[in-house]
Amino acid sequence: MTVMSYRQAINETLRAEMHRDDRVFLIGEEIGVFEGSYKITAGLLAEFGERRVRDTPISEEGFTGAAIGAAMLGLRPVVELMTINFSLLALDQIVNHAAKIHGMFGGQRSVPMVIRTPGGGGQQLGATHSQNVELYYAFVPGLKVVAPSNPADAKALLLAAIRDDDPVLFLENLALYNTKGDVPDDDVPAEIGRAAVTRAGSDITVIGYSRMASLGLAVAEELAAREGIDAEVLDLRSLRPLDRETIVRSVRKTHAAVVLEDDWLTYGIGAEIAATISDGAFDQLDAPVRRVAMAEVPLPYAKSLESAALPSAGDVETAIRQTLAAVGRLR
Amino acid sequence: MSAPPGLLGHYRQMLLIRRFEERAARAYTEAKIGGYCHLNLGEEATVVGLMSALDPSDYVFTNYREHGYAIARGIDPSRVMAELYGRSDGVSKGWGGSMHLFDAQARLLGGYGIVGGQLPLATGAALAIAYRGGPEIVMCHLGDGTTNIGAFHESLNLAALWKLPIVFAVVNNQLGMGTTVEMSSAEPELHKRAAAYRMYGERVDGNDVVAVQESAVRAVAMAREGRPVLLEAVSGRLRGHSVVDPAAYRTKEEVAELRAADPVLALGDQLRLSAEDLEQLEQSVAAEVGAAIAFADASAAPDVKTLFDYNYATPVPNDLNRLPGQPLFAVAGA
Ligand SMILES: Cc1ncc(C[n+]2csc(CCOP(=O)(O)OP(=O)(O)O)c2C)c(N)n1
Ligand SMILES: [Mg+2]
Repeated sequence: MTVMSYRQAINETLRAEMHRDDRVFLIGEEIGVFEGSYKITAGLLAEFGERRVRDTPISEEGFTGAAIGAAMLGLRPVVELMTINFSLLALDQIVNHAAKIHGMFGGQRSVPMVIRTPGGGGQQLGATHSQNVELYYAFVPGLKVVAPSNPADAKALLLAAIRDDDPVLFLENLALYNTKGDVPDDDVPAEIGRAAVTRAGSDITVIGYSRMASLGLAVAEELAAREGIDAEVLDLRSLRPLDRETIVRSVRKTHAAVVLEDDWLTYGIGAEIAATISDGAFDQLDAPVRRVAMAEVPLPYAKSLESAALPSAGDVETAIRQTLAAVGRLR
Repeated sequence: MSAPPGLLGHYRQMLLIRRFEERAARAYTEAKIGGYCHLNLGEEATVVGLMSALDPSDYVFTNYREHGYAIARGIDPSRVMAELYGRSDGVSKGWGGSMHLFDAQARLLGGYGIVGGQLPLATGAALAIAYRGGPEIVMCHLGDGTTNIGAFHESLNLAALWKLPIVFAVVNNQLGMGTTVEMSSAEPELHKRAAAYRMYGERVDGNDVVAVQESAVRAVAMAREGRPVLLEAVSGRLRGHSVVDPAAYRTKEEVAELRAADPVLALGDQLRLSAEDLEQLEQSVAAEVGAAIAFADASAAPDVKTLFDYNYATPVPNDLNRLPGQPLFAVAGA
């Protein structure tokens, strides 16, 4: 085990995979000379050269599509999209091409590529730079979408994504880049499509991914220490495929659930999870499934407004307490 | 026969594409073919001329008007027709249809229905070739209307910047669906757009198979040296945008002009084949098209059991393989 940041875990995993496999190369805006807008690719151009670390013009559709084409010929590109907001410029290539090529042509070619991109608000970047639109990709068969909430998962899921033969959207989070944690030294890829129980408990199930999984865990630990509330926390880790079994198994045990998401509530990922719980644990629920999500506005710049619009620890705690109160389980 | 053997081969291929497309149009009206169906009728000289410049190891990315390219690539017309019929023996196993032909073996890497979608992909394939230092090139076909989509600009810029082995071949049939080149392109001489990327650009008469071949050979040679090319072949399409389009937007005079410039008839005249030779050619082509129809008709529809076979190349847990009426979880008492 080594303690490192989320940023460092991604950087070192990229480096190790590039050493392991010459087919792996990086492509994106400002990833070489500038070393990445968030310095995720720091040192890699110096170490591997321009062939392996390819700076691109500001052409999201063009270079994302080029990575897909290169993957069709057997390379394993890792694309960096500066933030997930800019992925919308590449939507056609990701949704109409990366996601379709394997199935639409009868399985003749696959698209072994990774699209790394950070989402997340809270940085006072305003409405166009603070979105979480992973839902758009999690909606699409043919794609895989993973979302690590901690440095260890960042490594394990990135290893899995790079070695996977399908297009994988690897969702990073601006608010997590500097968070630290233990990271195993050996290379053990995660299994894409499996959630993790990050805290076992019996009173209520708290479900999240990325920043909201780590926030949910922190709040649960706090409530346990302070009030003896025993929440079970699930980190989805993979949004497509979604590990419905683990969600339902947990809720059938705790009989209550709070779903945390950093996107908008209406049609959001939480809606899918709530529907899943309804399908698989309706008869076991003691209270309605509660969703904690962003306010339905383009995220404002002013700190007062931005903070109010984003789900906070306090919002999570309130939702947990109210749900437990409703079922008479608040000690 | 007095014609040069290469040219006669071209003529036969053009005739095969002509008769294949005419037969596909009929099969469409018989409801054997569904969806959209865009034909290469009138573009045969361009199709055959361009494809004749490629090595078998080269890669082809094209659009939804691509039956002719598949045939010119040497793919069995029977497997192309079976794909139009949506059958399991189709080149894309019935998953693609007319717009999405694909044959990994023949290195025809699609068939794309989104206008311009193939351009970044083809550019990336060329990048992969350069990355490995391979001798192959990529030929990427696009229509005249497609030069106005953003992906065109991004792809040509990337290709030129990175010195990729690729030929962008604009098949200028002078129309989008009903929109003329002049209505949609501020610079209607499309090959001139190459200048914006310091790329070599050239225009050729797309009705002249020999001229197209010569230009394509030149372009391919440049691409092999890492100099991407924008090649524009000007022809016309003899029918509507797709099988169902009566092309009411065209005047009688325009139609007469198109017919007068018909590349298949023109080459037939130029070859001065005897009536018997011509008849023999027609018969052998008719037999091939007839066999394609028979093959497609006999091929089985894809088994519903295979519906989830191509979800992912790397299987993962919790993939949801459910039919529309099935519940997510077992229903108690059901
Ligand atoms: C992105 C996108 N927009 C619109 C369409 C509908 N569409 C299909 S073909 C076509 C015209 C394309 O014209 P051109 O590039 O000249 O090719 P041609 O069909 O003449 O071969 C249009 C508008 C589409 N398939 N994709
Ligand atoms: Mg056209």
